[in-house]
Amino acid sequence: MIGLVHYLTVGTLLFVIGLYGLLTKRNIVAVLMCIELMLNAVNINLIAFSRFITPELATGQVFSLFTITVAACEVTVGLALVFRVYHDRDTVLADRLNWLRW
Amino acid sequence: MFHEYALQHAWLIPLLPAIAFVLIGLWLRRVPLLSAGLALAVSIAAFLLACGVGQAVIAQGITVEQPFIQRVPWVAISGLSLDMGVFIDPITAMMLVVVTLVSLMVQIYSLGYMQGDPGFGRFYAYLSLFVAAMLGLVISVNFIQLFVFWELVGLSSYLLIGYYFYKISAREAAKKAFITTRIGDFGLLLGILFLQILFGTLDFAQLGLAIPAYVQQSGTGLLTLVALLIFLGPIGKSGQFPLHVWLPDAMEGPTPVSALIHAATMVVAGVYLVARVFFLFDLLPVALQTVAWTGAITAFFAASIALTQREIKRILAYSTISQLGYMMLALGVGSVTASMFHLMTHAFFKALLFLAAGAVIHALHDQNDIFAMGGLRHKMPVTFAAMTVGVLAIAGIPPFAGFFSKDEILLAAAQASWPLYLMAVVTSGLTAFYMARLLFVVFFGPEKPDNHPHEAPLSMCIPLGVLGVLAIVGGFVPYTYHFGDWVRFGPASHSGLDWAIAGTSTALALLSIGLAWLMYGSGRVSAERLAWRFPGLYRLSYHKYYIDELYQWLNQTVVGGIGRALYWLDLYVIDGIVNGLGKLTLRLGDGLRKIQTGQVQQYGLVLFGAILLVAAWLVWIEPALMGGVLS
Amino acid sequence: MSESASTLAFYLLAAITVVSAVGVVKSHNLVHSALLLALCFIGVSGLYVLLQAEFIAAVQLLIYSGAVAVLLVLGVMLTQRSSMADSNPANDWSRWALLICGLLAVVILSVVAATPWHGSIAAALENSIPVVARALLTDYMVAFETAAVLLLAAMVGAIVLAKGVEEE
Repeated sequence: MIGLVHYLTVGTLLFVIGLYGLLTKRNIVAVLMCIELMLNAVNINLIAFSRFITPELATGQVFSLFTITVAACEVTVGLALVFRVYHDRDTVLADRLNWLRW
Repeated sequence: MFHEYALQHAWLIPLLPAIAFVLIGLWLRRVPLLSAGLALAVSIAAFLLACGVGQAVIAQGITVEQPFIQRVPWVAISGLSLDMGVFIDPITAMMLVVVTLVSLMVQIYSLGYMQGDPGFGRFYAYLSLFVAAMLGLVISVNFIQLFVFWELVGLSSYLLIGYYFYKISAREAAKKAFITTRIGDFGLLLGILFLQILFGTLDFAQLGLAIPAYVQQSGTGLLTLVALLIFLGPIGKSGQFPLHVWLPDAMEGPTPVSALIHAATMVVAGVYLVARVFFLFDLLPVALQTVAWTGAITAFFAASIALTQREIKRILAYSTISQLGYMMLALGVGSVTASMFHLMTHAFFKALLFLAAGAVIHALHDQNDIFAMGGLRHKMPVTFAAMTVGVLAIAGIPPFAGFFSKDEILLAAAQASWPLYLMAVVTSGLTAFYMARLLFVVFFGPEKPDNHPHEAPLSMCIPLGVLGVLAIVGGFVPYTYHFGDWVRFGPASHSGLDWAIAGTSTALALLSIGLAWLMYGSGRVSAERLAWRFPGLYRLSYHKYYIDELYQWLNQTVVGGIGRALYWLDLYVIDGIVNGLGKLTLRLGDGLRKIQTGQVQQYGLVLFGAILLVAAWLVWIEPALMGGVLS
Repeated sequence: MSESASTLAFYLLAAITVVSAVGVVKSHNLVHSALLLALCFIGVSGLYVLLQAEFIAAVQLLIYSGAVAVLLVLGVMLTQRSSMADSNPANDWSRWALLICGLLAVVILSVVAATPWHGSIAAALENSIPVVARALLTDYMVAFETAAVLLLAAMVGAIVLAKGVEEE
């Protein structure tokens, strides 16, 4: 019987994989992808909770809708920023964007 | 009535010169005639007002016991309220008249003496400042007001000594005067603070009531210390031993300044201060003894130095120190009357002597050495007459002014203690000798061919005449009109002339003058031989007992040594710590900024590492913080 | 759907999701990453179906697999001039990241395992769409409309950012 814990495990794995990518990918577009992975992990959690804890309310589904909306906005603006940076600095590698350093 | 008006508006007396100072200093400085005119007009007004005050004192019967007091609140904070005000009693009135009169004479004299000087306006500005400060000091109603004006007097003295600021010696002398007197002022300030702590007031009138009660209750121990601290101020300001060293050097200022400040007025501020707070000293025998002995030693010591000096102004400077010693001695033996009397006569004849000396120096184009002068009596009859009167007055020959006041001091000293009297008498003999030496060397003997002296201009002769008359009658007239009934402390004493004492001192003075004539007038006795016979004594006197050298040595070895040690400490220890801290910060910063890589993902790594640690801590170590969800 | 079939479907979908996610991260070719990301999204939407959230699954397919993945591919194409080989490199501190992520997974999973879940025994809603719709348009009305404004703002912002402001 597949229960809550299984889905949470999948969510956790998806989350840490996304986190790993977030921390290690040099290309900003790849970083954006990894953020999407993490957001998906959260969505899996939300819907799993909705299904197994409060199945009659579907609150988790509503919340995941909002998450998806925000994720869409995020990726749009994020990509626009990437274009901007690429246009200005001629690079999309995160470790090259280090003007905040000493 | 004018004297009523003058009394009610006595605060105008210091205020007018102060206004003159501001006006001259700010706007009129470049116009010599206007500067001098304003300063003179103000001085005349101040003198008239001072005379009015004196008249009021006599007419309204203001006595030492019932002074006329006006107070205006100046500073009021919780626990401390200070007044500015006017305190008029016969002593104040006398001081007002003397100060305004002498300053007026000096200002008239300066018209001639300072003529053509590029700093003419500045000179009159400083003079006005000084007069304002001195008069403010005289009418002070409490210690704080007195201290403020006391320091102002010191400041204007500094400015005037350093008037020829382009001369190194003048600058040095100005600094020396300022710093030396500051040493005494420090003690004075401490004493004032002690009084404030002990009595909660600094008002003279209130202290005069509070101190006797305090002495009856708690004895004299602490108050003696306070009095001695306060006495440090007069030691510095009035050139008493051992802080006298600044006064001879102060002669670097223009001669009228020497006459006004370093002979007749400012230097007696110390004497005046002791007389003003005599209610304090009177109760403390130890303090009185100190004052008396300081005065006696100073008088004798300075007179013995004056014997061998060659510069005319230096001789007069040492004689000033000596006479100030007399005044202190008189205070120390309890006679405010004698001290104030001598203060007044001394102001007249010493100003006269200085102004006459100034006329000589002026005539000989800044020649200062008396042995380069000689035979001036034919070319400068007025100056000669003035100088003679001054010398006779200071030597104590009757009926000149000095005779009466000096006699009172000797009498008071004789009644108090024989050693003091003896020192005073010997000093008076020495005084007569060196003053006669000055007179004979400068005005008698052969004329020097290089000198082309000329009589002083009218503006310089008028003050000489006025002061000369005062030096003749200034002792006799007050004496007959019972000076002591007005200026006194405690009951008036009608001690007439003691013929024995007066006769002794007069005879001694005449003998000394005769001896001086033999040595310097007729040349019957050779001064050089005498000096050769007693080389040690001569050199000791000529080099002023090596006091300056002693201070120099003290300064260089002790103070300098401490300074060098502290410098080393500062350089290697303090700076070491400071620089070490700086270097540490720098190194730390250098190291720490490497952390700031600009790599966002590294920051993220650190962030999630921290989150991991917090999460692990919450899960395994402190699960209670999660509200026990994990059962 | 039978019990065992749904179990099998879960493991299959979970495997697709996780493996393709690992592929996204590990692939050296950015285009491969983007495609694997789309695959991952599809797997996630399958999981949603298993959780009986069909509406969300549809939205997931439409927005993530459709719009977002395509957008990302577009982004890759617009910023990558040279060859796609090795277009998705990793940086120098991946070991540390691996360590931290692994430990974080351990922490989260142990929390999941240790938590006593108070699960509901009720069956899933037969048709959840009306419930979601009612919740969106009643209780979460304000949030819903705010999301609309957010979308608009993001659109405008993205246009401005990508187009660039006329710099004087």
